[in-house]
Amino acid sequence: MIEVGLGHYLTLASIIFVIGVIGVFLNRKNIIIILMSIELILLAVNINLVSFSIYLQNLTGQIFTMFILTVAAAESAVGLAIIVVYFKNKGSINVEHINSLKG
Amino acid sequence: MEYAIVLFPLLGSIISGFFGKALGSKQSQILTSLLVSVSAIISLYIFYEVLVNDYSSNKLIFNWITSGNFIVNWSVYIDPVTSVMLVVVSLISSIIHFYSIGYMSQDPHKTRFMSYLSLFTFSMLILVTGDNFLQLFFGWEGVGLCSYLLIGFWYKKPSANYAAMKAFIVNRIGDFGFVIGIFLIFFFYGTVNYNEVFQLTPSFADKEIIFLGIQFNLITLICLMLFVGAMGKSAQFLLHTWLPDAMEGPTPVSALIHAATMVTAGVFLVIRCSPIFEYSQVALNVVAIVGMITAIFAATVALVQNDIKKIIAYSTCSQLGYMFFAAGIGAYHVALFHLFTHAFFKALLFLGSGCVIHSFNEEQDIRLMGGVWKKIPYTYVLMIIGTLALTGFPFLSGFYSKDAIIEFAYLEGTYIGYLAVAVGIFTAFLTAIYSWRLIFKTFHGKYNNKSTKKKFIHESPIIMIIPASLLGVGSIIVGILFKETFIGHDVTKFWSDSILFLEMFSHRHPPIFLIFLTPLIVILAIPISYYLFIKNEKLLKNFITKNQRIYKFLLNKWYFDELYNFIFVEPFKKMGTFFWKKGDINTIDRYGPDGISRLIKVISDKTVLFQSGYLYHYAFVMLVGFSVILTYLVLR
Repeated sequence: MIEVGLGHYLTLASIIFVIGVIGVFLNRKNIIIILMSIELILLAVNINLVSFSIYLQNLTGQIFTMFILTVAAAESAVGLAIIVVYFKNKGSINVEHINSLKG
Repeated sequence: MEYAIVLFPLLGSIISGFFGKALGSKQSQILTSLLVSVSAIISLYIFYEVLVNDYSSNKLIFNWITSGNFIVNWSVYIDPVTSVMLVVVSLISSIIHFYSIGYMSQDPHKTRFMSYLSLFTFSMLILVTGDNFLQLFFGWEGVGLCSYLLIGFWYKKPSANYAAMKAFIVNRIGDFGFVIGIFLIFFFYGTVNYNEVFQLTPSFADKEIIFLGIQFNLITLICLMLFVGAMGKSAQFLLHTWLPDAMEGPTPVSALIHAATMVTAGVFLVIRCSPIFEYSQVALNVVAIVGMITAIFAATVALVQNDIKKIIAYSTCSQLGYMFFAAGIGAYHVALFHLFTHAFFKALLFLGSGCVIHSFNEEQDIRLMGGVWKKIPYTYVLMIIGTLALTGFPFLSGFYSKDAIIEFAYLEGTYIGYLAVAVGIFTAFLTAIYSWRLIFKTFHGKYNNKSTKKKFIHESPIIMIIPASLLGVGSIIVGILFKETFIGHDVTKFWSDSILFLEMFSHRHPPIFLIFLTPLIVILAIPISYYLFIKNEKLLKNFITKNQRIYKFLLNKWYFDELYNFIFVEPFKKMGTFFWKKGDINTIDRYGPDGISRLIKVISDKTVLFQSGYLYHYAFVMLVGFSVILTYLVLR
C-alpha cells in the first residue's frame, strides 16, 4: 500500500490544471467546454488549497475553498447566462465563429 | 505734437486694417485720409517753425534697447532735413490717400489698401524721424514691406506677385550692404546714434581696416556700404530692375511709394549721413558716378518704352540719379531740394497717368491712345504742368532744382563736376524728349484704341482731379517759393548743422551760357518731339528700322533683366530645383517622415495579425504572459 502524501495530491491538481488549460486551447467547437475547462482549473487550485491546509494543519485553506466554490458557482451561472444571451443574438455558440474582437 | 505726426497714420492703419469691416469701407477711407491729413498739417506747422524760428527737438518716444553702453531709443528727431522730409512724406501721402478714394472705388479691398497706405506712411515717418541708424533701419524695412504688400496688392495677378517678390529680393541685396554699414559703424564707434557717430567721424578719418582681404579706409567703406543700401532702395544702376516692374501695383502706390517718398529714402540716407560722406572723397565720387550712369541709362530706356507708367518709372529712376550726383558733388541741399520738388511733380505725373488709365478703362499702352486732349481737359492740363515741371521749364519747380544741380556741379570745378554738368544737360534733353513723347502720344495725334470707343472716354471723378490739382499747384510754386530758403547763398541759414559742408561752395556765378543752356534745350525739345512724334512719324520709323539693334537694346532695357536672369535667377532656380527634388523629396522626405510612416504601417500590418479575435488565442497569450511573469518573480 502506498502512503498517499502531499506530492500525490499536488500531482493530481497539476494534472487537472493542465487538462483544464489544454481544454481551453484545443477546444474549437463549443464555448461551454471552455467554461467547463476554466472550472477544472479552478478545482485544481482548490485541491491544492485543501491539501496544503491538511499538510500544514491550518484550517484557513479549507474555509477559503468553500468560498471559492461558492464564487465559482455564481460565476458559471453568469457565464452561462452570457452564453444564452449570445446564442439568442448570434444563433451560434461555435468558438470558431466568435472572432468579432479581431483588430 | 511731434508724436502725433508719426502715430496718427499708425492709428489709421490699425483701425482700417483690423476694424475696417465693422467700420465700413467708406468710413475707413475717410478716417485714414483725415488722420494722415492731420499729420500733414502738423508737419507743415513744424516746417514753418523750423523755417522761421530755427526750431529743433528730439522727443523720446521710449527706450528701445539698453545693453551696457549701447542705448537705442525710439524718438522723433526734428531738424531742418527731417522737417523737409516730413512735409514731403505726410503731405503727398495725405493727398494720395484722398486720390485713392476715387481711384480704388471699384476695388473690393478698399480697407486693406488704405491700411497699407497708412502703414507705409507711418514707416516712412519713422524712417525720417529717427535719431539713430537702427530706427532708420526699422523704417527702411517697414517701407520695404509695405512696398511689397502694395505692389502685390492685386495678388490674383501672377505678374503682380512676381513684381512684388522682385522688389523685395532686390531690396534685400541693398539692405545687406546697408546692414554691414550699420554693423561697421557700431563695431568701430560703439554707438548708432547720429549725433555721437557724426561727432566721432573726424577722428576716424584716417583709419584703415582690412575687409575681405583688401585694405580700405574705414569711412570710405562705411559710406560705400550705406550707399549700397541707398542704391537698392532708390533703384540706382545695377539694382534698378525692380522699380519698373513695381508699376504692377495700383497707380496711387506708384505715385506715393515709387516716385515721391520711398525711393527717395536712399537720397535721404546720403543727405542725412553727409557728416560721414564728407570725409570720404572716394565714396562721394562713387555716389556721383553711379548717379550719373543711372540718370543717363534710365533716360535712354524711357525714350522707347510704351507703357505709360513705365516711362514715368524710368523717369523717376533718372531723376533719382540727378539727386545722387548732386549729393555726390557735395551739394546735399540741392539734392534735397530736387527731392522736394520732384516729389510734387512726379506724384502729379503719376496721378495724372492714373487719371489717363482710368479714362481709357485700364489701358496703359501709349500706342493705343492719342487724340483725346479735348475729351479730358483737366487731366491734360495736369499732365502738361507735371511734364513742364519735370523737364525744367522756366519758373516751374523742376527748373530751379535741376538747374541748381547743374550750376553747383559746375561750381564744384572738378572733373567729376564738369562731367556731371555734361550728363545733367544731356539727360535734361532726353528727359524733355521722352516726356513730350508721352504727352503727344497720349493726348495728340490719331485715336488708336480699338477696344474702347472714343465717345466713352470720360474725365475722371472730382475726387481724383482735386488732389492732383493740389499737386499741380505745388509743382508750379514750390520751386520759386523755397528756392532762396533751400539753396540760397547762405547754406547754413536754414540747414544750420543738419548738413555738413567741409568746403563751402564758391559764390561765383556760373557763366551766363550755362544758365540759359538748359532751359533753351528744354524748350527746343518741345517742337522737336512734336515734329518727331506727331508731324513726321515716318522719319522716326525709318530711323528705327535702320537702327533696329539700338532700338531693341533700349526697348529691352539694356538687357538687364535677361542678364540677371541668366546670371542669377536661372542658376538659383536650378539649385533650388536640385535641392527640392533630390535633397528634400528624395532624401529627407524619403527617409524622414515618409520613411517612418511607411515603417509604422508595415509593423502595424504585422501586429494586426496578432489580434485574431479568437478567445483561446487571447487566453493563451495571457497564460504565457502570466507564466513568464511568475517565473521571473520566482527565480528573482
